[in-house]
Order: sequence, then C-alpha cells, then structure tokens
Amino acid sequence: MAQQLKWQLGTVVEIRQETPTVKSLILDLPNWTTHVAGQHVDVRLTADDGYQAQRSYSIASPPEDKYLILTVARIADGEVSPYLTDVLRVEDQVELRGPIGGYFVWNADDAQGGAASPLLLVAGGSGVAPLMAMIRHRANSNKKIPAKLLYSSRSYEEVIYREELDHLAANDISLRVMHTLTRQQPENWTGYRRRIDRAMLAEFAWHPSERPLAYTCGPTTLVETVANHLLELGYQPERIKTERFGPTGG
Amino acid sequence: MTEGFISRGFKGRPRGFDRALKERIPPGQFETDEFPVLSAGPTPRMPLERWDFSINGEITEDLKWTWNEFLKLPHETVTVDIHCVTKWSKLDTVWEGVSVDTLLSGINPESMPGVAYLIAFCDGGYTTNLPLADVRDGKAWIAYEYDGRPIAPEHGGPARLLVPHLYFWKSAKWIRGFKLFKEDRPGFWESAGYHNHGDPWNEQRYEGD
Repeated sequence: MAQQLKWQLGTVVEIRQETPTVKSLILDLPNWTTHVAGQHVDVRLTADDGYQAQRSYSIASPPEDKYLILTVARIADGEVSPYLTDVLRVEDQVELRGPIGGYFVWNADDAQGGAASPLLLVAGGSGVAPLMAMIRHRANSNKKIPAKLLYSSRSYEEVIYREELDHLAANDISLRVMHTLTRQQPENWTGYRRRIDRAMLAEFAWHPSERPLAYTCGPTTLVETVANHLLELGYQPERIKTERFGPTGG
Repeated sequence: MTEGFISRGFKGRPRGFDRALKERIPPGQFETDEFPVLSAGPTPRMPLERWDFSINGEITEDLKWTWNEFLKLPHETVTVDIHCVTKWSKLDTVWEGVSVDTLLSGINPESMPGVAYLIAFCDGGYTTNLPLADVRDGKAWIAYEYDGRPIAPEHGGPARLLVPHLYFWKSAKWIRGFKLFKEDRPGFWESAGYHNHGDPWNEQRYEGD
C-alpha cells in the first residue's frame, strides 16, 4: 500500500498579479516531495466552525523550483478561488496535498536518447497553468526539445505569463509561442483573432509525421475541439492528452 | 476527516441549509448543477453498427451483444447521485440502461470459477477495475440514455458504465465490455495514483487514502 498523500501547510511567500482576475501564489512547502510537470494539488480550506471546502489546482512551477506556484483564476461566484485571490496574503498558510495525477505529465528526461518527440501545447485561459510547468521545466533542461504553445485568451490583458512567455520564446529558437485573442485585440495585433479551429491547428501545429506529443488544457469546448481536430489531422489518439478546466473549478 | 488548519478569514458558502441534502454530499465534495466533462484523451466516435458489448476473460464461454440486441435487453430508469473525484457531485441524475445483474445472469457460475473482479474496457483504451461485488445486486448499469436522451459522446455515449456508489472515474465512458478475472489488477487511473476502490464516503481519492 502506498503512503497516503498527507495534508501539509504551505506558507505564501509571494503573490503575483498575473492578470486582472488571475493571481499566482508562490508557496514554501517544507515537506514537499518533487512533482512532475502537469500534476496538480488539492487545496483544502477550513472555516473556524470546521466547515471545509476542497478544490484542485494545477502546479505552474517546474520541479526544479524551490517554491511551488499555483495559478488561481478568480471565479466570481466561486467558494475557494475568491478566498485564494482576495483574502490570502503573504505569510498566510494554506493547506494542500499532492502531487496528484500520473497521466497529464511531461518529463524532459523521459525522452529516450535520440530525437525526442516535439511538444504541442494548446491552452485556453487558465488552462495554461500545467502547460507552463512543462514550458518552465523544458527551459531548465539542457535538451531543447522543440515545443510549440498555442494559447487562446479573450484579450491581451488576460494573457497569463505573457512577459515570461515572450522572454522565453525570444531566447530560444526551438520554442514557438502563438497567441489567439478571441474577443478583443490591441491595435497592430499580428496574432490570431478567433477561437482555435482546424485551420489554425493545421497551420501552427507540428505535422503528425514528426510524431508530436500533444497536451491540451482549458474549458471543455476548447479541449474537445482541439482533440477532435488533432485526431482528424492525423495525430495518434494516445499521443493527445487532455485536461479540463471548467467553471465549476470554483 | 474533520481536522484541518483553520484558514484565516475563510467563511465558505452559507451553511445551515437542508440537512438532508448535506447528507447526500460526501466529504470534500460540492454540489453542481452542471455536468463537467473529464477524460484523459480525445473523445472516441464509435458507429452503432460496429458497437458491441462483450464479456470475456477467465470464463469458459464469451458473451456478446450487438447494439440492437443490447437495446432489447430488459432496461430500467435509475435516478442516482454521482460524485467525481475532482470534487463535484451532481444529485438526482437520471439514466436509462441495463442492469449489470441482467448481463451476468446468463453466466453459469461454474463457467467462471473463482472469478471475483472485472476490468471494464472501452473505446479509446480506457480501463477501470472493479470487484464483482461492486457491480452486482442493483449497484451498476450499462447506461445509454442520460436525462431522456442518448448519452452525448463527451459524456461517454453511446454507452457508459454507471456505478454511482463509487467515484465517477469507475463509471467508464465508451464502454465495450467486461474482462473477468480471479485476481484484481489496476485500471488506467488506478495505475496513475488514484485509489483502487474509490468509495467517496470514505474519501478514497488517491492511492493510500
């Protein structure tokens, strides 16, 4: 019998405002065992009358980091996310357990010798968090496995990790980052301006002959669309991994 | 589990509501009216004329039903609460399907000596393991309608297993059959860190819980 994943306390060491409605919590967890990029944690909040609520959050930090990063999108009528984004402060503690999940994961060192499979990452909104862990992990690895991120946001202001992604892509020819802004675009916007569709994937994604490995995370409609189109474009079903972030993630 | 670190300033949703309702929500779960979709890969599309349901494995004679044969089996409407390990619970969901008791009733116990477990297998390659005791005696169905309509592909159509007393990953989508075994062996999520049994009332979410 495996050891139980125990609840542990993390201390908030920093809070980053990523977008108007998204914050990253940087947590110091003295009892953390290492994770794999793509995994998540369960966060548990307890009120003073004993009432508890739990939700899952993807880990946005790579395994190499000293601190664990959780990126939380504030859901207006949510129960847990507004607490994490509005109430929690630096030096507060928060209870969580993990890492959880052994399928939607990517480890650069698993790539067997020779050419590793190129990575296709497709994100919608805060679904970028587990993919960011993969991108950050990849940046830390000496193997520069070719990777592409296609990232759908509603507007420029709502792009999470925008500057970091720009910086990483500018300094690494084997990483391509492409944005699509579905509702509002700044003047002179050169990226896509629509929801992810088949033509966009055909244009941007790796050709299936390169044996890519695809990860897609976001709202259900985006994930369904992306997975279906990738299948039709010739991707192998077992090489398309999906994770959903619904509004009930509250 | 009632211990826990008191989160400064956390109040949670208003409480003191319907106690009966509260007793239907297992620990760590919250109620939703929506029907979130969770799956590890693309949604498979299986034409009904190629669909069948098999029972095989450690059994002397395999069983198989085509889609049309399956629809002719005695079926029932069940109203159940479902609980996903990702924390949502949905109450009073209505399904139409064939009781697993009906499917197993055609098997002579002597043709499957010592069999105590099954692996549900599915289009797309998903598997999940269950003790036979958890699918017998009115505890499990192969459902093909949800809320009076064919089950949508992303929710597991044309047919999915329904085992409402366990976390919903046990209710395998796109099911195509059971493989029977004497010994238990882990399925897809059970090999990826999730609990082997998955009882929501004992909060058996992950390995070791």
